[in-house]
Amino acid sequence: MSRVIEFERVTKTFPAPAGRRGNGELHAVTEASLSVARGSIVGVIGYSGAGKSTLVRLINGLERPTSGTVRVLGTDVGRASAAELRALRGRVGMIFQQFNLFSARSVRGNVAYPLKVAGWSRDDIDRRVAELLEFVGLSDKAAQRPRRLSGGQKQRVGIARAIAANPELLLADEATSALDPQTTGEVLALLREINRTLGITIVVITHQISIVHELCDQVVVMDGGRVVDQGETYRVFARPRSPLTARFVESVTQGIPAGDTLEALLGGGGELLSVDVNDFTSEDVARVLESHGLRGTVVYGGVTDVRGRQLGTLTYRIDTDRETARRVATELRTRTRVVQPAESSAGESRDPDPAPGEDLAVRSRRGLA
Amino acid sequence: MIAAILPAGDWGTLTPVLLQAVQETIYMVVVTLVIGGLAGLLLGALLYATRPGNLFANPIVFHVLNLVINLVRPIPFIIFLTAVAPVTKGIVGSTLGTNAAIVPMTIMATVVIGRVVEQNLVAVDPGIVEAASAIGARRLSVLFTVVIPEALAPLILGYTFMFIAVVDMSAMAGYIGGGGLGNFAILYGYQQFDVQATWITVAIIVVIVQAGQFLGNRLAHRILSR
Repeated sequence: MSRVIEFERVTKTFPAPAGRRGNGELHAVTEASLSVARGSIVGVIGYSGAGKSTLVRLINGLERPTSGTVRVLGTDVGRASAAELRALRGRVGMIFQQFNLFSARSVRGNVAYPLKVAGWSRDDIDRRVAELLEFVGLSDKAAQRPRRLSGGQKQRVGIARAIAANPELLLADEATSALDPQTTGEVLALLREINRTLGITIVVITHQISIVHELCDQVVVMDGGRVVDQGETYRVFARPRSPLTARFVESVTQGIPAGDTLEALLGGGGELLSVDVNDFTSEDVARVLESHGLRGTVVYGGVTDVRGRQLGTLTYRIDTDRETARRVATELRTRTRVVQPAESSAGESRDPDPAPGEDLAVRSRRGLA
Repeated sequence: MIAAILPAGDWGTLTPVLLQAVQETIYMVVVTLVIGGLAGLLLGALLYATRPGNLFANPIVFHVLNLVINLVRPIPFIIFLTAVAPVTKGIVGSTLGTNAAIVPMTIMATVVIGRVVEQNLVAVDPGIVEAASAIGARRLSVLFTVVIPEALAPLILGYTFMFIAVVDMSAMAGYIGGGGLGNFAILYGYQQFDVQATWITVAIIVVIVQAGQFLGNRLAHRILSR
């Protein structure tokens, strides 16, 4: 599979703001390595200040790396001449959180701009613009100014403008963060369609895990300028390799009950089992319980849909004794991660030092639950 | 009653002189605005573009231009007129007459318009500039096909403001022999104690200024409400 983007130990440092003394330089991206396969949709997720925006700007050369190599569509972004960079940008579309449409131009003028830059003839531009506006469903708005449009319509103009010159790669910088949930869904559907029908590789920058779950084949998790986790989306979230990834999952699935919540649940009687559901689904859990002649009631937890697959943690209340619960847990453990919250909270102080990886994630979940 | 307060001059002879003065004023203002307006646009665009972090970031050019503007702008125009007299003489061959007045007026207008243009361009959303850069447009083309059009409405209001400032300059230029309405008001109004001549001059200037402001406002409004 060919790679459209390759970062090798890329660092981007911004100098200290003028007038400020001392070493106030900002390490926006540190030693980041990643690669993006042609035709995929990749999410870059992290909190604000994690270096996502700088990372995406390194891809189309709006920023140049301080060290390391950025290779995009065969161009070495760090070494490219101004003309080479312009040529690269013609092959890389970009959409923005605030849309960044040209307010002095009509919708048609916005979409035509990259075609003018690319030197298309007037007839070709007219044809292509009409086709694009049709594609994003804004043919009737061609003559309007962007400020008369709704947020969702503005972003669709942004998308039409970004894909106008048939780019191979589309960068989306928090493209849905200024939109309501309904409009976000429409824009995500449009991005998916662009990926599927036009084969354009898409890099999505976001702080919303739901967008990654819905859209992205691959994900890159960034924290403090570093890439802390990356890989196939389901793998990354099902088996987090960094506390931050675990926290992102946690924000959706709630994790394992602790503290007052746990107290309240324990007060309800029965035994509690917290079971990770993934490819081992909630239906599978129910089947195992049934085979023991038991029924569990979900009393806590959350499940999210990652590209059509279940991912989450569910806490069941089972009407049985501690011994049976342990047996069930042991059987379930051959298939997935199981925690008995009552026991684990009692024995927390005796926990051995957690190894990096999964256990770290477990600990971080507990801390937040 | 007005005649009692404003003693009448000899309007039979004054009228053609006044009309001539109006023509001269309009001539000075128009020439200054065209030349100074273009030069100021380039100066302002250069100042904007060379500002740190912008399209053609160049701290040396930026700081030198910035300093020059800051040095020239605060000089009272009436003093500036005489201060650049040698330059005027070098260009026009005389320091008298409307053409001589146009030289200092154009220099000052260029400097002030440069600042007005810069301020309006700085206010353009950097995200829009980034979008144009990301599309792969040349920097010069980003400046002239994106940044300046984005700032068009405030630029028109800025130029309207400058039109009025240039009318004001032209009146002062009149004081040192530049001709036009300023000259008329001083020669026939102030020096001959003809209050009526002074007030008629004022009225004409007010009309010119109002007309300019009205047109500028309408144009800016039309652009903004598209």
